[in-house]
Amino acid sequence: MNQQVKFYQTGTRTVGNRLLAPEQRAIQADIERTNSLNCGHRACQGCGEALGARYAIDAAMRAANNQLIAANATGCLEVFSTPYPETSWQVPWIHSLFGNAAAVATGIAAAMRVKGKPDVRVVAQGGDGGTTDIGFGCLSGMFERNDDVLYICYDNEAYMNTGVQRSSATPGGARTATTMPLGEHPGNPFGQGKSVPLIAMAHEIPYVATATVADLRDLEAKVTKAIGIRGAKYMQVLVPCPLGWGAASQDTIKLARLAKECGLFPVFEAEFGEITGVSKIRSKVPVEEYLRPQRRYAHLFGKTPRAEDIARIQAKADRNIKKFGLLDQGEA
Amino acid sequence: MLKQTEGSHAVAEAVALCRPEVICAYPISPQTHIVEGLGEMVKAGEIKDCEFINVESEFAAMSVAIGSSAAGARTYTATASQGLLFMVEAVYNAAGLGLPIVMTVANRALGAPINIWNDHSDSMSQRDCGWIQLFAETNQEAVDLHIQGFKLAEELSMPVMVCMDGFILTHAYERVDMPTQEQVDAFLPKFEPRQVLDPAEPLSIGAMVGPEAYTEVRYLAHAKQMQALELIPQLGREFQEAFGRDSGGLIRSYRMDDAEVAVIALGSVLGTIKDTIDEMREQGVKIGVVGICSFRPFPLAEVREALARVRSYVVVEKSLAVGLGGVVASNVRMALAGRLHMRGHTVIAGLGGRAITKVSLHRAFAGVVSGELERVHFLDLDTNAVNAVLEHEKTVRRSGPIAENVLRTMRLVGAKIL
Repeated sequence: MNQQVKFYQTGTRTVGNRLLAPEQRAIQADIERTNSLNCGHRACQGCGEALGARYAIDAAMRAANNQLIAANATGCLEVFSTPYPETSWQVPWIHSLFGNAAAVATGIAAAMRVKGKPDVRVVAQGGDGGTTDIGFGCLSGMFERNDDVLYICYDNEAYMNTGVQRSSATPGGARTATTMPLGEHPGNPFGQGKSVPLIAMAHEIPYVATATVADLRDLEAKVTKAIGIRGAKYMQVLVPCPLGWGAASQDTIKLARLAKECGLFPVFEAEFGEITGVSKIRSKVPVEEYLRPQRRYAHLFGKTPRAEDIARIQAKADRNIKKFGLLDQGEA
Repeated sequence: MLKQTEGSHAVAEAVALCRPEVICAYPISPQTHIVEGLGEMVKAGEIKDCEFINVESEFAAMSVAIGSSAAGARTYTATASQGLLFMVEAVYNAAGLGLPIVMTVANRALGAPINIWNDHSDSMSQRDCGWIQLFAETNQEAVDLHIQGFKLAEELSMPVMVCMDGFILTHAYERVDMPTQEQVDAFLPKFEPRQVLDPAEPLSIGAMVGPEAYTEVRYLAHAKQMQALELIPQLGREFQEAFGRDSGGLIRSYRMDDAEVAVIALGSVLGTIKDTIDEMREQGVKIGVVGICSFRPFPLAEVREALARVRSYVVVEKSLAVGLGGVVASNVRMALAGRLHMRGHTVIAGLGGRAITKVSLHRAFAGVVSGELERVHFLDLDTNAVNAVLEHEKTVRRSGPIAENVLRTMRLVGAKIL
């Protein structure tokens, strides 16, 4: 960078794209972008997954020199992008089943090797249900064999396509259609959680990263990096779901940013099982600020606020902050 | 080249001759020796340009196969029994997507009770999944059907299951005439997929299809199987010309010319049945056999024609449609629709690996000839044992686990093959 960047987009603290040198601008800002997930799809207004997928696959296309094949798990992304006989995909794309995107991608990668097309890169993508639950076996197998696939999980913390049911990525306290805010312990029971990024790291695969749709430049950079690495790569992208979270559609980016800034969704990178980079919290917020705009947490803020549950969620955020070093020293 | 070899290894060699490009392997008895053989050949460099992938489940095996086949690679896997059930969702998916994967099913019983021995319950559970299902009678035919299977699958762009009896064929050492690479190369052209994931020509595979087109997609799957009814005999003829051997086809009749009674069966039990029938023929009984090689598509017209002149028939099958009777028998009955004068019997035999002996077949076939055999007969059923268990259940509420009760009644300490 040959100039000091002084200006930020109003209220976001995000550097304006136009202020950067052309080579540093977002891939999405480039007129040459591939529009891999093209217009005309049926995603809801404010869909975080559509946004994340568009940025991720365009970045992957750029990094792979347009030599890319994608395998997709069943889920919102699959349904809204390919209502027969239409498709929004501008890349070769296959949907097989809910729980096998990682294995299908493994098969594609094997075919590319045997066909002498090592330049063709393979991406698998799915939601949190298709990744952390039903597709978990195939995903772990892909990691363990170190198959040359980038798996991207678009995490909106529940089964949104089937009508907002709980997945193993649903946070404690959250309302879903199968964890209603009723009884003594309303919402999703507080379990132990299931961090697939950490599980991926335990496989010691070459690259693991998390990202959110609040920092799309970071998402693009991580996808670009992942595509350049041979072997198994895993990315988990937080993609707020206005429908499932009960949030305003214009708040998708804001909620993604708050999830990161409160510490509930740590944004980091890891190589071969070791954390190599952390996106620090820029201005720490209490979890309440993140929870309040979401109706899935409304029961925590009723006539008798459930202070204990909020404290539990805050404790989880604080644990993340400590574990991943999300704050600069002295800032806590 | 003639050689004395194990059925599984013969199949592995046959698959190798077909130049597979991706092989997915997950171990389950009695299929293991096939993928072990192939793994060894890939490692040793005997199969060139081939990826051998050890997957974490049968579901993954078929899923990897879906990916590699859709990306244009000739793909093979093998399974059996619980493994086939575990991959069912992907089995249907491969058929629905029209991917020409070839899979060996080393036929084995289904649990519970867990049982590793041979019957046809596994393949029969998948009779409507959209795959072509070919049943081998001998190891030679198993070899030949794999070579024909790849050609059939790729011509129609649909998957083919080659079913061979677990242990009885897979683990039997017998003489096999192994084709040469040149012969197979001349018979089986390079895989030219009808659909392929290619960055140069991007397309979407696996779109969501609603009521407006789903019926049409399903109809085409059926229409392709109807095409297979013509293609299977044609490939059989081509195979005979190229390899000098009559193998495959839809059905195979034996001593049916003047037969008044017909036995219908599939798989390796046909050998025992033919021996039994030879003996009955010597005693003057006009009896013959119709072996079914292609169970899907089911050759309705051929079966109907083959049984045109018989007055009674019996289907001997290693599968059971619980609550109905026979699986194969139901299909045969459909072929014979309207022939009210014909008497049909079903003999459920060989479940869970129970040996099907000539003595028992003689007894059953005599019952068919005389008309005294019950319409659905369980060959060599220990009626004392089942009656004792049923009686026990009548008198004791907490009667306990079924299988254990049967074993106790039979005074069996551990499982043994009768």
